[in-house]
Amino acid sequence: MKENSSIKRKRAIGNTFTYIALVLISIIWLFPFFGLIMQSFRSFDPAVEYGGMVDYLIPKTFSLDNYRFLLSKSTNFLLWYRNTFIIAVFVSIGQTIMILCVSYALSRMRFKGRELLMRFWLILGMFPGFLTMICLYFLLKQFGLTQAGAVPGLILISIASSGMGYYVCKGYFDTIPRALDEAARIDGASRAKIFFILTIPMAKPIIIYTMLVAFMAPWCDYVFASYVAFGYDKSYNVAVGLTRWVWTNDYQGYFTRFCAGGILIAVPVTVLFMFLQKYYVEGVTGGAVKG
Amino acid sequence: MADSAAAGRAKKSPAGAFFSALGGSIKEIGTTFKEGDWKTRISYPVFGFGPLMRKQVVKGIALLACELLFIWYMVGFGWNYMSKFATLGTVATEKKGRVTVYGDNSFLILLFGLLTIIAVAALILVFVLNVRENRREELLLREGKALPPNRKVLGSLLDENFDKTLLTLPMAGIFIFTVLPIIFMICVAFTNYDAQHQAPSNLFTWVGLANFRELFSFGSSGFSSTFFAVLGWTLVWAFFATFIDYFLGMGVAILINRKGIRLKKLWRTVLVLTIAVPQFVSLLYVAKMFDPDGLINVYLMKWGWIKSAIPFWTNPMLARITIVVINIWIGIPYMMLIATGLLMNIPADLYESASLDGATGFQMFRFITLPYMLFVTGPFLLTSFTNNLNNFNVIFLLTRGRPQSMAMAENAGRTDLLVTWLYKMTVNNTDYKMAAVIGIMVFVVTAVITLVVYSRLPSVKDEEAFQ
Repeated sequence: MKENSSIKRKRAIGNTFTYIALVLISIIWLFPFFGLIMQSFRSFDPAVEYGGMVDYLIPKTFSLDNYRFLLSKSTNFLLWYRNTFIIAVFVSIGQTIMILCVSYALSRMRFKGRELLMRFWLILGMFPGFLTMICLYFLLKQFGLTQAGAVPGLILISIASSGMGYYVCKGYFDTIPRALDEAARIDGASRAKIFFILTIPMAKPIIIYTMLVAFMAPWCDYVFASYVAFGYDKSYNVAVGLTRWVWTNDYQGYFTRFCAGGILIAVPVTVLFMFLQKYYVEGVTGGAVKG
Repeated sequence: MADSAAAGRAKKSPAGAFFSALGGSIKEIGTTFKEGDWKTRISYPVFGFGPLMRKQVVKGIALLACELLFIWYMVGFGWNYMSKFATLGTVATEKKGRVTVYGDNSFLILLFGLLTIIAVAALILVFVLNVRENRREELLLREGKALPPNRKVLGSLLDENFDKTLLTLPMAGIFIFTVLPIIFMICVAFTNYDAQHQAPSNLFTWVGLANFRELFSFGSSGFSSTFFAVLGWTLVWAFFATFIDYFLGMGVAILINRKGIRLKKLWRTVLVLTIAVPQFVSLLYVAKMFDPDGLINVYLMKWGWIKSAIPFWTNPMLARITIVVINIWIGIPYMMLIATGLLMNIPADLYESASLDGATGFQMFRFITLPYMLFVTGPFLLTSFTNNLNNFNVIFLLTRGRPQSMAMAENAGRTDLLVTWLYKMTVNNTDYKMAAVIGIMVFVVTAVITLVVYSRLPSVKDEEAFQ
């Protein structure tokens, strides 16, 4: 009995320390977001407060000036937001279709050159993505898909090569028993029918994961978006537009407006993510173990 | 993993296999012509003629269409570029008075020249398929069998040939937007395409290995020393970013998973916020927090802990440490999610019997948890290391490679990775030739590390160990 209570006591002490550690971690993790929210409510209007960097966290007067500015006609923020949203939706659908096609073919079909293809794509993936930036830019330019046409251009680029990111999805397909396919084939179903009627409904979690990841990526695509839309304000996405505020216009006090813009972007994306978190965890864990 | 192992066995001598396949094809082309009827023989110049005459309309039209498309492309477009491929253009753009007379565009010559060369290779492949199809049909007819009806040929694209239907679009996309550009950039590494040789106003041309010689020359230009400095930091960064995050993430997962800890879901959700919020928002904000007039410095000074602002971003060493620390903030949640899933897979009775034997918590971690985790996540560690080598977002959004240094060539900063340096060379300096060289070096580094480490991973060497 005595020993038992000492173990209990030990565990209680251990748990107390764990709670302290977890609370500290939570504070560190949440602090930047807290700061972001606070500063987004500080007015940039010199008559009220200042929109640049200041030496205090909590605004002296809470105001919605930044949000009002973002939603007004004096900036293209809403346009950037719409651009990003359009890109995200199309990329999400397009990439998922591409990845599903490739994954099914590689997981279920055995054809000549299959392993060669997988090895070739693996090697291609070792080249840094930005290497080909200029080449892609001029390719897009040939079709008029830069500057004014940057939004469809970015969608095209993001979807075109996405088949190479099949690993997680193929890994999931591999876990769906092949016996099901065989049974359907004996009943006379074609491969296409099996793909649409059998495999896709069973792959719902991985489809949601793929769509979610593809949807989130365009919201922080700075590099390629800034290159393709170069100098054409109306084609920017949110990352390009807001980054320019921080890097070039900070001293005119655009910092708090950046914070407010960040909140407007982060809230919907975060809420979506939290809703689908289960699927994300499943995909990430599965992908990590497969390697 | 089993696939690649099987491939490794099959691939004894790829060169030998290639040449025997090539020899076989040539022999097949010869015998088909010798033994073939007139329909087959006309198929040699006119693709698909034989199948069309034998009422294999679908295949016939497909083959013929490939040939016609090729001729149309070559006459209208391709030949013009391919003929200048060896020089990349000779007629310079000139200004005659006020009018600019455009000459050759080296960029387009290189790009479309490559495309044309690949198109020629593709045509040869189609030709071989064409011959093979004729041969197959003739043999079938000779045996007195019927050829499959067209409906069935088309239908097979949804059944036994469904892989072709599925892969056509992805492969076309990857070819145009990844393969062709990569071949193009590899070629650029052997030209003098830079700020002084910008298409279309100037020509550029082949220079052989000159750019690689510059990369490895320890001369006054300073390119070589910069390259090795940046490469060194890239490797150090990838090492710390991978392993610190790995162990801390695992630690946090263990903390949350402890028996008796409540609100597990809440703690996880708090951490996962950094994955959910777009990085350009969170990282730009955090970068601003560490500025001289940022929140951290300002409050430390207010409280009288420091007299002057800590130069988080201007001191090279401090900037590097700050980046690694901030990356922990980004990296832990990700690792925590993965570790949580895996920790649950470890049988609980292992821990129970260990604690009965009087093992301490640390011993259990050292002898049960860690070996299991390392074994299972070996490939993941490797991919996250190579991803960190190319971790553009964190470095670029935090410092853009700064602090700058006069000792470094091509605008490289003290926190630049090879990829961010490559980006700067492309965008700011328009020094495409050296950017291409650096890109190739990144590939070499990644490939070497992957090859060396992958075959040594315990989970690859010994798949059974933990089953």
